[in-house]
Amino acid sequence: MNSPFQEFWQGFKANRGAFIALLVFAALVLAAVFAPWLAPYDPIQQHRAHLLAPPVWMDGGSWQFVFGTDELGRDLLSRLLHGGRASLGLGLAAVVLSLVPGVLLGLLAAFYARSLGPVVMRVMDILLALPSLLLAICVITVLGPGLVNTVLAIAIGALPGFVRLTRAAALTELPKEYVTASRVAGAGTLRLMLVTVLPNCMAPLIVNASLGFSSAILAAAGLGFLGLGVQAPLPEWGTMLSSARDYIQRASWVVTLPGLTILTAVLSINLMGDGLRDALDPKLKRVH
Amino acid sequence: MKALLQKLLMLVPTVLGITIVAFGLIRLVPGDPIEVMMGERRLDPEAHAALVKQLGLDQPLPVQYLDYLGKLLQGDLGRSMVSKAPVSEEFAALFPATIELAFMALFLAVVMGLLLGMAAALKRGTLLDQGVMGLATVGYSMPVFWWGLLLIMTFSVNLGWTPVSGRVAIEYEVQRVTGFMLIDAAMHPEPGAWWSAVRHLLLPGIVLGTASMAVVARMTRSSMLEVLREDYIRTARAKGLPMTRIVGVHALRNALIPVLTVIGLQMGGLLAGAVLTETIFSWPGIGKWMIDAIARRDYPVVQAGILMTALTFIAVNLLVDLLNGIVNPRLRAGGH
Repeated sequence: MNSPFQEFWQGFKANRGAFIALLVFAALVLAAVFAPWLAPYDPIQQHRAHLLAPPVWMDGGSWQFVFGTDELGRDLLSRLLHGGRASLGLGLAAVVLSLVPGVLLGLLAAFYARSLGPVVMRVMDILLALPSLLLAICVITVLGPGLVNTVLAIAIGALPGFVRLTRAAALTELPKEYVTASRVAGAGTLRLMLVTVLPNCMAPLIVNASLGFSSAILAAAGLGFLGLGVQAPLPEWGTMLSSARDYIQRASWVVTLPGLTILTAVLSINLMGDGLRDALDPKLKRVH
Repeated sequence: MKALLQKLLMLVPTVLGITIVAFGLIRLVPGDPIEVMMGERRLDPEAHAALVKQLGLDQPLPVQYLDYLGKLLQGDLGRSMVSKAPVSEEFAALFPATIELAFMALFLAVVMGLLLGMAAALKRGTLLDQGVMGLATVGYSMPVFWWGLLLIMTFSVNLGWTPVSGRVAIEYEVQRVTGFMLIDAAMHPEPGAWWSAVRHLLLPGIVLGTASMAVVARMTRSSMLEVLREDYIRTARAKGLPMTRIVGVHALRNALIPVLTVIGLQMGGLLAGAVLTETIFSWPGIGKWMIDAIARRDYPVVQAGILMTALTFIAVNLLVDLLNGIVNPRLRAGGH
């Protein structure tokens, strides 16, 4: 008899795309974590003698700057490695900050479906009426740009999805017999919420969290690109692209490399999310 | 009719909530509201007091809110701090550009997404299916702004096929009639004007539509696969109907229902993506207007932009809801 985790792992491994994506993603995370040791230079150090030096595989490139330098002579490889800390960290923080309150609000809305539920859901409707990037722009207009505010802005935008999902899942679980049994046995509301019901709502939440992670990275990069996210000189993948537009003709690598890194990260997370969904929810698997 | 009224009534709290968000936005910005609104520091105290009175800031907040709501109903969105022009006029001038862009993106996304999704479903398990689904995953994961830069780099800078920015070549001096460049340029005596407008619209449309196209393709494929398993499709086949008719008439109609809902949801993404796309292509629409306004701290413009975008999004979703009722009679009875 296999444990549920082993069963899940078998299912996940069988999906070749998801498994490769997991390896790629793990490599990106490791590169970000060990960036200070891996990066050949300080990411904000300006090498004035080497402005817009091309990467090693292009004409005029050298091993001194493997991925070339940007318009201020900063080493692109070092910036990408350090940028991973900001971009991936931002995404993770935003997911956690929307997942935890989202799950709690969703559970409350389901358990107090008559009193608190409608109020919570109306507020979520209002948040949903603002496309998430615009909501983030709202928050940043009030709070000002910066690392922490970017996280908050994205987390607020992702909140309604988690609230709705948790509430819907909890509402289908609530009438079931095991919940009633637990209630009759004397379990308090808090125990019913977190110990009895929540574990049975996890599958859709895990899938949504993985997709939320990738869209948070995209949103953070988008805000950075608009100049509303992480502020220079701190390296972040989206912010690195915001000045790149002016160098399209002269230095394509300044444009291609940060974007390719964002795409790789987002793509690997999305593929992992697909694998998670297939492994966690056999009902959906048949269709796809 | 009753269902429509019910739906409209349901929207009232949401719309009111949006106006509260927009109203609160200006007041939550740190600093003195007069200085925030005028964009000036150290206003002389008398002028300051006069402005407080004139703008009604000495009134309690609920009164201020009702005042704001009343002005809103009359179409008064305030004045831009930078240009001093009424915000509603600026909005009306720029809104068609965003709508045109969003429609182009939606058109490309729906046409390409439906075709690719159907092809993948009919050739399930083949290389074509895998290729389409792989492309869809990449398209869905693509950062809009980077995708735009790549296309500009390839098609505008290196190949010189499409213009880099703007809506139409300046030499045509297109008269503004509707604000929709494709229509205005079509009325221009020279046929080149319309062609120029199309070429300007093409790249931004593709960039903005890519993610939606990926979603529509995936949804069409899975919805089509489900429908193709149904009994009535087998019956149609047994009757000897040609495959094109089965797919085109019977399957597509039913497969479209979930796709339509997805298209409605995509509008939110399109309106948000327009902010990025317009910034990259210097497209004179609402998104670029808002981003420029944030940089200039022109808060009445930001406030109006957020309010109007949210209202547009709500209106589009209502429209999709109604369309859904027409396509799917089961939803028409009023119950969910």
